[in-house]
Amino acid sequence: MNKILNKGADLNLGLLGNGKTLKQYRAEVNARTATNGHYNGLDRLELRESDPIGYEKLFSKIRGGLVHARETAKKIAASPIVEQEGELCFTLYNAVGDCILTSTGIIIHVGTMGAAIKYMIENNWEDNPGISPGDMFTNNDCSIGNVHPCDIATIVPIFWAGKLIGWVGGVTHVIDTGAVTPGSMSTGQVQRFGDGYQVTCRKTGVNDTPLRDWLHESQRSVRTPKYWILDERTRIAGCHMVRTMVEEVIAAEGLEAYEKFAFEVIEEGRRGLQSRIKAMTLPGKYRKVSFVDVPYAHEDVQTPSAFAKIDTIMHSPVEMTIRPDATWKLDFEGASRWGWHSYNAHHVAFTSGIWVMMTQTLVPTQRINDGAYFGTEFRLPKGTWMNPDDRRTGHAYAWHFLVSGWSALWRGLGQAYFSRGYLEEVNAGNANTSNWLQGGGINQDGDVHAVNSFEASSCGTGAGAIKDGLNHAAAIWNPEGDMGDIEIWEMAEPLLYLGRTVKANSGGYGKYRGGCGFETLRMVWKAQDWTMFFMGNGYMNSDWGFMGGYPSATGYRFEAHDTGLKERIELGMPLPLGADLDPSHPTYEDNLAAGARVKRDKQCMTTEDCYDNHDLYLNYLRGGPGFGDPLERETDAIVKDLNEGCLLADYALKVYGAVVEQGPDGFWILDEVATAERRAHIRKERLARSRPAKAWMAEERERILAKQASPQVRHMFATSFGLSGKFLNDFRAFWSLPADWTMTEDELGVPSYGAKYRMDLSLMPDVTTVVQVEE
Amino acid sequence: MSTYTREQVANLVDGKLDWDTTTRMLTMPKDQERFELYLGVLQGRVKWHDRIVLPLGPHLYIVQQAATRRWVTKCGCGHVFCDWKENWKLHANVYVRDTAEAMTEVYPALMAPDTEWQVYREFYCPECGTQHDVEAPTPWYPIVHDFEPDIDAFYRDWLGMPIPERVD
Repeated sequence: MNKILNKGADLNLGLLGNGKTLKQYRAEVNARTATNGHYNGLDRLELRESDPIGYEKLFSKIRGGLVHARETAKKIAASPIVEQEGELCFTLYNAVGDCILTSTGIIIHVGTMGAAIKYMIENNWEDNPGISPGDMFTNNDCSIGNVHPCDIATIVPIFWAGKLIGWVGGVTHVIDTGAVTPGSMSTGQVQRFGDGYQVTCRKTGVNDTPLRDWLHESQRSVRTPKYWILDERTRIAGCHMVRTMVEEVIAAEGLEAYEKFAFEVIEEGRRGLQSRIKAMTLPGKYRKVSFVDVPYAHEDVQTPSAFAKIDTIMHSPVEMTIRPDATWKLDFEGASRWGWHSYNAHHVAFTSGIWVMMTQTLVPTQRINDGAYFGTEFRLPKGTWMNPDDRRTGHAYAWHFLVSGWSALWRGLGQAYFSRGYLEEVNAGNANTSNWLQGGGINQDGDVHAVNSFEASSCGTGAGAIKDGLNHAAAIWNPEGDMGDIEIWEMAEPLLYLGRTVKANSGGYGKYRGGCGFETLRMVWKAQDWTMFFMGNGYMNSDWGFMGGYPSATGYRFEAHDTGLKERIELGMPLPLGADLDPSHPTYEDNLAAGARVKRDKQCMTTEDCYDNHDLYLNYLRGGPGFGDPLERETDAIVKDLNEGCLLADYALKVYGAVVEQGPDGFWILDEVATAERRAHIRKERLARSRPAKAWMAEERERILAKQASPQVRHMFATSFGLSGKFLNDFRAFWSLPADWTMTEDELGVPSYGAKYRMDLSLMPDVTTVVQVEE
Repeated sequence: MSTYTREQVANLVDGKLDWDTTTRMLTMPKDQERFELYLGVLQGRVKWHDRIVLPLGPHLYIVQQAATRRWVTKCGCGHVFCDWKENWKLHANVYVRDTAEAMTEVYPALMAPDTEWQVYREFYCPECGTQHDVEAPTPWYPIVHDFEPDIDAFYRDWLGMPIPERVD
């Protein structure tokens, strides 16, 4: 058994060698930061100013070491999520758990692993279970900052001459976490207790060796132990490579220089954000909003709890304030309450994830660390979906709304870039990175298995102000978007490909259109007792278009059972192949058995359903939003879209006003004169069908007074009103409603568990939570 | 720091800038003089004489009216929506796609939102019919006042440019 006390250090001098506890030291760093706004009070960067070359050499060595560790260690993994999609990263922290630098990869974990280290510090891990050289800690606890349980972090303390000088964390996205349903990001469970195996900063290794009880327990707690253990070895190897790199750096440069760098680089990151804000944006207030659907009333969503069987909508309004001194605040006042599903997010997951997005726009730098966090004021009201106040909340698919919530920020920043003339930076937003094909059972090798297709790593990107978005190219949460090779997926999943095609009309229309997504048709093959489910947006878009462009298309579901494909294959008959080109005129069904059971609808959130061999599943990956009035789209671009299968001809006419016909060679030809006439006519049609906004508002006000809206809309507003008097008052003021007008969850006629009675994690005995935002 | 010509900025506005220069714009530190070049390009393309103070969209501007020195939000066609501090969308024409039929006009079956959950609000210039914005909120959602720029701080403190005269 582990010794409870830390044998490795002098008990009087503590881990830091100065008599202070880690908690005391962290409090001092935070106090110095609060005093003058500079991280750790550093109003001067002494090392950088006195030895700029040496400082840059340190940066290059450490950053290079982190990237090298990632690139090397990921080859250990067998999981295509890690090895193909690069769903891992390694991050270096100073002694108080603030990030110095990180590798490439899923850099949302700059914050999440830092939150775990801070949790250990604040809850006195140094006394119990002790922190010694050679220790390993494992964390995937969503209630202290992790995004979802499938992101497993291994955290290793780094010592020099018996003194704790930092930490390294490595994270991988595992295929399965032993949740109620298979796959890494499951649905169906409505609380933490169904989210899967969760470990809270547990000491899982000593003397650089994983503990046997951990190895036995963890592997039998998940469905995919082979992938699990190789992922663990990936993390351990990478962490140890980084630790060795740090030791070599200190041996060469000295501890003093390293420790100075470990704090100065964070202050430099904070300053870097501020200078970028001033260089690229303009001061003012920006207001944007986004939504996503939670359609749980449908019969294909099976939950263990009756109170979760409701339709609702998640709401994420943001007011972004850029001040004249180039500081900024992101305020999410008015967001809806957390819910009984697995789409909630801890505030660290939300804020840390924002930096993943920001590195793709405002701060595209290798100096990714906690400096940007210290340069940003976040306000996430307690009780919202992005800062729950109940310890029961489920988080397994937090990404359902994280990707959507941030789409509003793209548009806020895009407005700033556009107004300032930096058109090359404008991006209308990001796709809702779904569908997620998940499921499990007995695979083609006879093993208990789970799958989560990471084809969602390649959705369409948002349009810019000077060009179209990229087709099937990226996902906001992984800067290295890659759809993965068909051959690899067919090895990892008992699902053959019957098609992989660009998804027509999935990119939002505009002068510049959003990037199109793609779709893959999968047939179950050599599986037993197999299940699958859908996860994505269907009834709603989570992104908007920008400056006259349209949102991307929503998702939809296609699945087929009792297909008769076994017989058709044996007889050499035609099969459903390729794209579901135009869902208004579906063709897959033409090549299925007469008695096939087909589900074609907008229910894109389902729970485990049974699939036999030869059943079909369409994995449709979404497109990105568009920019600018579609009537201004260049005609050559429309023809190109038609010829490349990105656009259906009907919509070339209806949306773009393009008068086209297909030539005998199959290529499309556009009539420029007729198109100009048609576009002029569409402008007249717009004026004819529209009316002054205030006239429409008067009618909408009557509908609000009569409380005419679907249950899900009313539920969303009720939960936002319940958390925010300001949002309710602003709502009343906009619609000129009586001062006593309100709407509460009580009056909706649906279960309102959680509306009144909640218990936060901080109320548990012996728990100190770490709060890193204004609540 | 890179600098760019007015012609290059004009090509950028047109979406015709060569990719090498575009890449330089993306990767190099930003050129502070871009804003003035940008205003110059845009001013040269509108048919009216009001001074553009801040572009809001491809055809939407905050301008200083030549005759009155009032600042207003104005369409490229010349239509004046409102005072610059107001939400221009409240003074636009709106078409709300709140039925399945209306959604089907723009997306194939199953690929548009369900209007019980989400509607599209298309905001047009009442004169020229330009579609300046498409909101995609739930029913009941207030029309969003997207942007309230602090133009004084931007001109004076960030760019060191004189603030155009304003009569409120």
